Amino acid sequence: STYPSLIGQCWQAHPGSVCSKGSCGKNGTRDQFQEELVIRPLHSGDIYASFQFRTLWDIDFLQERQKVSHYRLFPKSLGQVLSKFSVRELHISFTQGFWRTMQWGQPFIPSPPGAELWVWFHDTVSDVDGNWKELTNVLSGIFCASLNFIDLTNTVQPSASFKPLGLGNATDHRFLRYATLPREIVCTENLTPWKKLLPCGSKAGLSVLLKSEKLFHSSFHSQAVHIRPVCQDEQCTSKAWELRQTLNVVFDLYTSSQGKKEWSLFKMFSRTLTEACPLATSSKIYVDITDNPELFELNPVTPLLSQAVVLGDRRTYSVFDLTRAETFGQLCSLNLLLRWKGDSDMLRPLLHAERYVAGFGLQTGEIHTVIYNNHPYRAFPVLLMDSVPWYLQLYIHTLTVTSKSRDNKPSYIHYQPAKDRHRPHLLEMLIQLPPHSMTEVTVQFERALLKWTEYTPDPNHGFYVGSSVVSALVPSMVAMNTNFTQDQPLFSSFVPVKEESSYFVRVYTEPLLVNLPTPDFSMPYNVICLTCTVVAVGYGSFYNLLTRTFQVDEPSLPLEKRLANLIRRIRGVPLLA
Amino acid sequence: MYSLSLHFFYPWIYLKKRIFTFCTIETGQFFSSGHTNNWAVLVCTSRFWFNYRHVANTLSVYRSVKRLGIPDSHIVLMLADDMACNYRNPKPATVFSHKNMELNVYGDDVEVDYRGYEVTVENFLRVLTGRLPPSTPRSKRLLSDDRSNILIYLTGHGGNGFLKFQDSEEISNMELADAFEQMWQKRRYNELLFIIDTCQGASMYERFYSPNLMALASSQVGEDSLSHQPDLAIGVHLMDKYTFYLLEFLEEVHPASQANMNDLFKVCPQSQCVSTPGHRTDLFQRNPGSVLITDFFGSVRKVEITKDTINLTSSVKPPIQSIAEHHVLQFVADVSSQNPKQKDWHPPDGFILGLWTLILLVFFQTYGIKHLKHIF
Repeated sequence: STYPSLIGQCWQAHPGSVCSKGSCGKNGTRDQFQEELVIRPLHSGDIYASFQFRTLWDIDFLQERQKVSHYRLFPKSLGQVLSKFSVRELHISFTQGFWRTMQWGQPFIPSPPGAELWVWFHDTVSDVDGNWKELTNVLSGIFCASLNFIDLTNTVQPSASFKPLGLGNATDHRFLRYATLPREIVCTENLTPWKKLLPCGSKAGLSVLLKSEKLFHSSFHSQAVHIRPVCQDEQCTSKAWELRQTLNVVFDLYTSSQGKKEWSLFKMFSRTLTEACPLATSSKIYVDITDNPELFELNPVTPLLSQAVVLGDRRTYSVFDLTRAETFGQLCSLNLLLRWKGDSDMLRPLLHAERYVAGFGLQTGEIHTVIYNNHPYRAFPVLLMDSVPWYLQLYIHTLTVTSKSRDNKPSYIHYQPAKDRHRPHLLEMLIQLPPHSMTEVTVQFERALLKWTEYTPDPNHGFYVGSSVVSALVPSMVAMNTNFTQDQPLFSSFVPVKEESSYFVRVYTEPLLVNLPTPDFSMPYNVICLTCTVVAVGYGSFYNLLTRTFQVDEPSLPLEKRLANLIRRIRGVPLLA
Repeated sequence: MYSLSLHFFYPWIYLKKRIFTFCTIETGQFFSSGHTNNWAVLVCTSRFWFNYRHVANTLSVYRSVKRLGIPDSHIVLMLADDMACNYRNPKPATVFSHKNMELNVYGDDVEVDYRGYEVTVENFLRVLTGRLPPSTPRSKRLLSDDRSNILIYLTGHGGNGFLKFQDSEEISNMELADAFEQMWQKRRYNELLFIIDTCQGASMYERFYSPNLMALASSQVGEDSLSHQPDLAIGVHLMDKYTFYLLEFLEEVHPASQANMNDLFKVCPQSQCVSTPGHRTDLFQRNPGSVLITDFFGSVRKVEITKDTINLTSSVKPPIQSIAEHHVLQFVADVSSQNPKQKDWHPPDGFILGLWTLILLVFFQTYGIKHLKHIF
């Protein structure tokens, strides 16, 4: 039962039933929910908070005979989407702001600015494009976003960059679709339906902290939904569907904290925590205390510590378990206080990328993508994926890849040229990055002239080109953990770790904003005014010259003279002048 | 006599005990409107940061409509630009209607159905007439039926006979009137209230010709609607005068309120609004004084409680069936007896006359005037 009871002094709900493998059948609950918040102070003084909400559901959508009609923790809208469109994996993210890798390090879950959607369909689907079109429309209704603008002109099928993150070693990229909308705005109307997908909504647990006025007043805000099939144990005897809802936010030192390196839950979210979500089996907060332990102050102190190797680094975390009543203390509310003095050294991110447009004028230009390998002695390959809209016509013969001012030939190139108004460019390259170097990829392009109906209502803003994706297995200084444990924190289990010596990293570059030659849309009005004026003045004057005759007009006589004239007419006598 | 009727109200249910016959006048009024569900289509048509007030206008009507009971699934909200998370907004995720940031009409629970470039004339007319592509999600559709009361609110920049969408296209008053006629022919509304807050707004409802339409506008033809007050911290005007006073009026209304349309017509007289608000009720069949505000702005569910038991056994079924059949036949008769509106005959206008004159002139010039006697 989940009725609240008085434990100690605080009203606490009973923790949700733990449903480990084998014990689910009896009362029918086959799903479990975990929530987690990781707080990581960044060395620039900002603070990074990452929420993850995971629902594991022990059911197989792909079996045709099994009709699912009872939804408990897994949201019904997403469940119906999965079964109707035969989706195997779905990843959608909405991001406001750009992740600054050099200042903040690597994020737990990377995402590009705007909206990004990539989906692996099941291989029984016969019309992938039709399913994709309907799926984007349905998702645009669920998330209140303009995802219906995703169509064939901005969808690509990457061959190597987006391998499935869940089960299955599918290699047929005909069942993969990837699209981004760099212009997509993220605001409260996207957060509201996202929060409604959570089992506890925004009423209990960690989701009470998700207040839009604070979340959107930040340097970076990203919310995402990831659905994939996973193994429930090491031998993979049973499979389950995993739904992860993640929210990453970076609060700026100066706008949210007035320049002081003192952060608290109340300062970040304008709320404190009072209880865990009653439907959650685990509800934890991890605070990263690895950097400068003697200068770091954390209130309230907790004895629980946890070590995890994440993103190639061994970090120590203080753990607050919200399912235990003692965490909330005497005041029945938890407000973490973090204070630190002095600077710390940030581990330099090993992989980093930038992109910009060079050139001048509205006819040609050059796209430069710069990838940095900051490892002191190891070289490793990266996969660079570029998806450029058709109106920037790339000249692939001008593609050059240089590292340390020498030509660097990619070992694998997959290029699909664009078709006007049908398909964008897709360029995927496997480039070997030498150690401690900068690799530059340049390609020239020409801007196309669009039809006047294809311009947006504000064409002088410019047109966006989606971010490039750089994916790599970066060699790790610290041995990664390949063991499968049920109690692994969520942030370290998002990306499956296949080998000990490297970890998977995906870096997104900046989106580009290019101006296309834009006609002056006021010209039809101007032309009509000018032509009509010329015709009226010119022809009118000419016509008057030809046809106007002048007549002498007698001035009208005063009244008495007119009467005299009348009498004279009667008499037959000549009239007065 | 002491009336024994009791009023209970929940956020959107208005119960009335019909046991005692003292309340016959109220019960007559109770079932007089004839609608069973409420919809709202709220559209802001302006783009760019300096048109912040149009988004604030639409959101304040959205807020009132939600507060009075219409759920998000019955509201189609169209905002042509994003002001709340605009980079120029000094307080992100907020849209204020009163200066000094007193009232945040954006709130924490808002669902925008059409946003940004999706707000076009075509999408607006498709939403009204229901002709949407099959893959359109439910939240983007106006799924009204012939017992729906619909509130339509438009705001933006307009002129004499047109409303501008996103600075690139326009909708004319004739298109709007035709769209409403399509809705009437398809039985997509029971009664419709149309409110428009733009310059020369009264021109937009001049051409309506479908029944059961009531319209309000913020200014007459030849007048401009003015904006209310700027906020110095945000830097733009926050609301338009008409909608500001409309919001203040609606804040006083609660789900059980008995305020009627005559009170709505008095909102923002010329002394406050500078422009003269106008309204049109000739196409509306009921008396505006008997139409409650909550008939359009709220979603008031009418529940009848009775102490009689109804026996749903097989012996009773045939009479119930015949009653249902009778209702169906009556409805069919009503629908078929409503003739399509006879359009008045107008004499041919200048263009047609000029064309015929030209043709006749050319004919007589070529063939000579003597043929005239063969014509007449």
